[in-house]
Amino acid sequence: MPEPQLQSRNTKLFTVFAAFTFVLMSYGMYEALIGAPTERTMGAAQRIFYIHVPSAWVAGMCFGLNFLASLVFLFRRNQPLARRADALAVSAAEVGVVCCTVMLITGPIWARKAWGVWWAWDLRLTTALLLWLIYLAYLMLRRFSSSGNAPLLSAVLAVFAFADVPFVWFAIRFRDYRGNHPKPVFGNGPNQGLHPAILKAFLINLAAFTAFGILLLIVRYTLERARQAMADRRLATALGESSGRAAVAGRELQEVR
Amino acid sequence: MSSLAHITRIGLRKDLRLEWRSKDALNAMIFFGGLIVVIFSFAFEPTQEEARQITGGLIWVAFLFAAVVAMNQTWARELRNQVLDAYCVSPAQPNALFLSKALGNFVFVIILEAVMAPLFVIFYNLRVLGPAWQLVVVALLGTWALVVNGTFFAALSLRTRSRELMLPLILFPICLPAVIAMVEATTNILTGDGSATSWPGVLAAYDLLFTTICLLLFEAVLKTE
Repeated sequence: MPEPQLQSRNTKLFTVFAAFTFVLMSYGMYEALIGAPTERTMGAAQRIFYIHVPSAWVAGMCFGLNFLASLVFLFRRNQPLARRADALAVSAAEVGVVCCTVMLITGPIWARKAWGVWWAWDLRLTTALLLWLIYLAYLMLRRFSSSGNAPLLSAVLAVFAFADVPFVWFAIRFRDYRGNHPKPVFGNGPNQGLHPAILKAFLINLAAFTAFGILLLIVRYTLERARQAMADRRLATALGESSGRAAVAGRELQEVR
Repeated sequence: MSSLAHITRIGLRKDLRLEWRSKDALNAMIFFGGLIVVIFSFAFEPTQEEARQITGGLIWVAFLFAAVVAMNQTWARELRNQVLDAYCVSPAQPNALFLSKALGNFVFVIILEAVMAPLFVIFYNLRVLGPAWQLVVVALLGTWALVVNGTFFAALSLRTRSRELMLPLILFPICLPAVIAMVEATTNILTGDGSATSWPGVLAAYDLLFTTICLLLFEAVLKTE
C-alpha cells in the first residue's frame, strides 16, 4: 500500500505551497496598498489595478483550462483520464467564475472614480461580462443535470463558450463603441511602460494571485476527485447489494420449484 | 450522404405534417409573439422616428422569446412512447434527426416572423428608409443562428432535470453575438444608415461555425442518458 505515504507527502507539499501563497499574498497586498507609490493622475483608485488585472488573468487562465479539459474529456470519453479531465474542468470553471466576479466588481469601482460612470459597454467589459454569464450558465447546467451526464453536457457547452468569445469580441468592435477600457500599458511603446515600483508591486500581485488560483484549483480538484470516488463506491455498494439480493431471490425461486 | 439528405427530408416532412395538423407550437408562438409586440408598444410608446431606432432591437427580442417557446417543444413529441430511444438504437444518422428538427424550427420561426413583421409595421408606424429586401437576408441568417443553437440546446436541456427552464439560460448568452449582429443589421436598414454592411457577413460566419459545432457534438448529446 504505497498510497498513504504518497498522500502524506502530497499533504506536506500542499501545506508548504499554501503557506508560500499566504506569504506571497500578504506581501502583495502590502505592496499594493502601502508599498507602491500613489499614481499621479488617478490617485489611490489606481491601486485597484493590483487586484483587478491579476484576477482577470487568473479568470482567463481558468477558462482556458476549462476549455482544454473539456476537449480532453470529449476526445477521451470512455477512458479513466476523462474523469480527471472533468474534475479539472469543473474546478477551473468555479475558480474562473470567482475570479471573474472579483474582476467585475473591482472594475466598476475603479471606473466610477476614473470615468465617472460605473459601467460602459466597452469591448473588454462586454466580453468579460458575457464570459461570466456563459460560465454561470455552465455551473447551473451542472447543478441541474444528473451526475451521470453533467460532465458531457458541460463539456459540450464549454466548446460553445470558446467559439462564442471571438464573435463577441468582433461584434462589439464592429459596433464602434468608444472603448474606455485602458489599453495594455506594458511594453515600450508611446504612453506605455510602468514606473518600476508600480511594475514590481504588480508582478508580485500577479504571482500571488496565480499561486492563489492554483491553490484553489488544487483544493477544488481534490474535492471533486473525492466526490467521484465516493459516488463510485456508493454505486459499487448498491450493485453489490442488488446482485446479492438477486442471488438470494434466485435461490428462493429454486427452492419453491 | 444521400441517406443523410433522405432521412432529413423524411423527418422534416413528418414534423411539418404533424405541426400542420395540430398547429400547437405555431399558435402558441404567434400568440405569444403578438402579446410581446403589444406589451412593448405600451412600455415604450415610441414616435415614428424613435420606432425606427428601437424596432431593430424590439423585433429580435420578440422573435427570440417567441422562438424559445417553440423550440422548447421540439423534442417533447419524441419523448412520448420513447421515440427518441428508438431513434438512438436505429442505424439512422443522428445528424439527420438534428437537421430535420432544426429545419422544421427554421420554417416555424420564419412563419412567425412573416406574421409578426407586419404587426410591427402597423403598431409602430414603421417606414423603412434603407433597402427593404436586405431585411429578408438578415432575417434568414439571423433566424438560422437562433434556431440551430436553440434546437441543439433544447436537446441538451432534455438531458437535465429542469428541461424547459434550462434552454433560455444557455441559449441567450451563447446567442448574444448573433443578436448584436441581427439588431445592428436591422437597425441599419430601417434607418437607412448603410454604413456597416459587414453585419450579414458576421451572421453568416456565426451560422457556419455554430452549425458545424452542433453537427459535430449532436451525436454525443443524443446518446447520453
